[in-house]
Amino acid sequence: MDFLIGWIAIIPSYAAPLLLASLGLIICERAGVLNLGAEGLMAISALTGAMTVLSGADPWVGLAAGSAAAMALALLFGISTVALRANHTLAGLAVVAIGLGITGVVGRPYVQKTFSGISTLGDLFGIDRGSAFGRIFAVQDPVTLALPTLVGALWWWLSKSRHGLRLRSVGENPAAADVAGIDVQLVQFGAVLASGLFCGLAGAYLSVATSHVWVEGMVASRGWIAVALVIFSRWNAARALWGALLFGSADALVPRLQAIGADVPVYLMMTLPYLLTLVVLVAGSLGGRRSGEPAFLGRVYLRQDKQ
Amino acid sequence: MTTALQQAGDMRQPLGTPAALLMRGIGKSFDGKAALRDASFCLEWGEVHAIVGENGAGKSTLMNVAAGVYVADGGDQSIDGEAISLRSPLEAAAAGLGMVHQHFRLVESFTVAENVLLGFGRKAAVKTLTDAAAIVSAKSSEIGLPVDPHKLVANLSIAERQRAEIIKVMLLGARILVMDEPTAVLTDEEARTLLSFAQRLSRQGHAVVLITHKFREVAAFCDRVTIMRHGETVLEGARVANVTEAEVARLMVGDALTVAGRPLSRPGDVCLSVERLSARATAHGQSLNDLGFELHVGEILGIAGVGGNGQEELVACLLGLDRAGAGAIVLDGQDISTAKPDQRREAGLRVIPSDRFDSGLIRELSIADNLALTTVASGSFGGPFLLSRRAMREKAAEAIDAFDIRGATPERPASLLSGGNAQKVLLARELDHGLKVLIAHSPSRGLDMKAAEFVRSAIRRAVEAGAACLLISEDLQEVMSLSHRVAVMNRGRIAGCRQTGDVTPEWIGGLLAGHA
Repeated sequence: MDFLIGWIAIIPSYAAPLLLASLGLIICERAGVLNLGAEGLMAISALTGAMTVLSGADPWVGLAAGSAAAMALALLFGISTVALRANHTLAGLAVVAIGLGITGVVGRPYVQKTFSGISTLGDLFGIDRGSAFGRIFAVQDPVTLALPTLVGALWWWLSKSRHGLRLRSVGENPAAADVAGIDVQLVQFGAVLASGLFCGLAGAYLSVATSHVWVEGMVASRGWIAVALVIFSRWNAARALWGALLFGSADALVPRLQAIGADVPVYLMMTLPYLLTLVVLVAGSLGGRRSGEPAFLGRVYLRQDKQ
Repeated sequence: MTTALQQAGDMRQPLGTPAALLMRGIGKSFDGKAALRDASFCLEWGEVHAIVGENGAGKSTLMNVAAGVYVADGGDQSIDGEAISLRSPLEAAAAGLGMVHQHFRLVESFTVAENVLLGFGRKAAVKTLTDAAAIVSAKSSEIGLPVDPHKLVANLSIAERQRAEIIKVMLLGARILVMDEPTAVLTDEEARTLLSFAQRLSRQGHAVVLITHKFREVAAFCDRVTIMRHGETVLEGARVANVTEAEVARLMVGDALTVAGRPLSRPGDVCLSVERLSARATAHGQSLNDLGFELHVGEILGIAGVGGNGQEELVACLLGLDRAGAGAIVLDGQDISTAKPDQRREAGLRVIPSDRFDSGLIRELSIADNLALTTVASGSFGGPFLLSRRAMREKAAEAIDAFDIRGATPERPASLLSGGNAQKVLLARELDHGLKVLIAHSPSRGLDMKAAEFVRSAIRRAVEAGAACLLISEDLQEVMSLSHRVAVMNRGRIAGCRQTGDVTPEWIGGLLAGHA
């Protein structure tokens, strides 16, 4: 029972960065820009967040600063892909390399310096940790609490609102969007920046809210899991919530099992999200179901192209 | 001749009422290549105006300029007498001009209503999907083109998508409707419905532009015709009643056109026989049911029929791409019904597929590579570890010469070729020495008159040289003029077969429609 409560209590903090990053990627990819750069965006925001808090700022300011840093890197990605029409895949991989490279160099003086992060609900509201309920809720933070609402709002915005319709049309058929008077590049630019914002929140959450420390390589492939999660959730924000909980609980299981002294094959556990994604892909194609992938994802649209 | 006709056209300049669309001296280049030079066009209210011309004559480009998709390099245009310079399709829509493109501008994963809502843009009065669906239904019944606003575009037939696109364009306020080869993708029946809709629209005071290849449509449904050639207007706005098909053809092509008839060869022994061929239908396809025919040496057997009646499936079965469920395919006395595609090719089967770039050529590869593709495995161009590029280049240079492939060098990618020249590459590859049976599926689809004529006469020469050809085509005129015998395909079987001389309109019409 103790084990179960301990496990459930930490699932949200494992799921939150995955969910945040994948929400950003969903926005970006629904507008047709393939974004593989999450790992780099998260790294740069995790470091910036840690640096900001270490310099004495409030953790919330650290979260904002991390997001801003990731948006700056996303801006670079947007300029190369949307404005200069670079290959999305290569530009995304470059973002990963840049993010990891910069954080490796700049972050060296900050490694292993701990700081105090975002207050938990327990600290904020003085939740009694006596009951199982209390033990689970006391360790949550405002970010995880707000996430379900954010997912709901984003899902509604993307699938029901007119602006969401316009954004999706760009990813599905930019020529049709263009005819409808939508500035394809502007929408894509906005979507790329939004992915920077969300991936930045995810990365800064890792250092500021969860670990309270900067360590090189601390993103630990969570950006790639987010990429897999987008495919797993078939580009649907609501499904991404369940996917993030699933992947997050698998992720959270490792330290819990280690804590009780169980011998777990850590590397095998880490492949689980990718395996599940593969299963979803195969199941989808066998079932003849649409993968939900935006039709124009990763391609470059040029209006004056002679077709 | 030309000038006389042009004068006849100019005589009909507007008296008092401004033209719906007037374009003068329009120029447009892509990457330094001129697609339009000094093109002009004048459209009146209340008419259906045809623009005809060969592939690459600039018809679509001119109308894309009119619709604001392309920005012209030079020239003036005005809509309803007001000079405008369009920067985007939305501005054209606001000015009352809507275009139905050859490739529909619809988002497939959206419903019809969502597409319409999208088209309305930011400032429109229609804001919700419910409203959008309601006005789609209303417009749909008003203009007599049925469409379900709640259906996903991906689940609509081509004709339904076209109707959805027309309704969308009209809802956006188009009083000038431009349709780019709208009937190319339709059955005859659907085409007639669409064209009479265009006529009805013009009678209500709208103006309709119809880009087309087919003179029959011009003669039956249009008021005036403008002819383009090489990016210029060669005949502007002549009354259809005043021109003949021969004149139009001559103006379009620019030089004399010989009409290929049937090959001079007499049919000999049976070289391909198909007996009781059956195949189950795939996802959206048609099954083949007990289909059979015989093809003789030196013969063209034409298979007429409305598209989607099993033609694609028959070709796939003959080539060995699909496995037939039952039946025999015998080529020169040898049963090949279980043979693999390369073995069938070895046996002398060749194909011109209906979609050149889908299953014929590889866009990204060079012309030399494309030409060598089918014979590389047999070692014609060097051993398994080292290909002789030089041999491939020389072969390609010969083919380019022999088939007059314009704009081609051996090293250029096939994607740079126009439709007609790409088809010539395919012909050069398929009409080789090993050819015994050629399956030609819509070999002149989408080609201009001159290129189509080239393809037909190449097939005719091959058949006269001792090959046999199965000509599968939806173009009845093509089938009738080339074939020794005509068979009609309907719902996955051969509904009837006759010597071409015995074919009557009643017979073929009945079989096409499936009364039999």
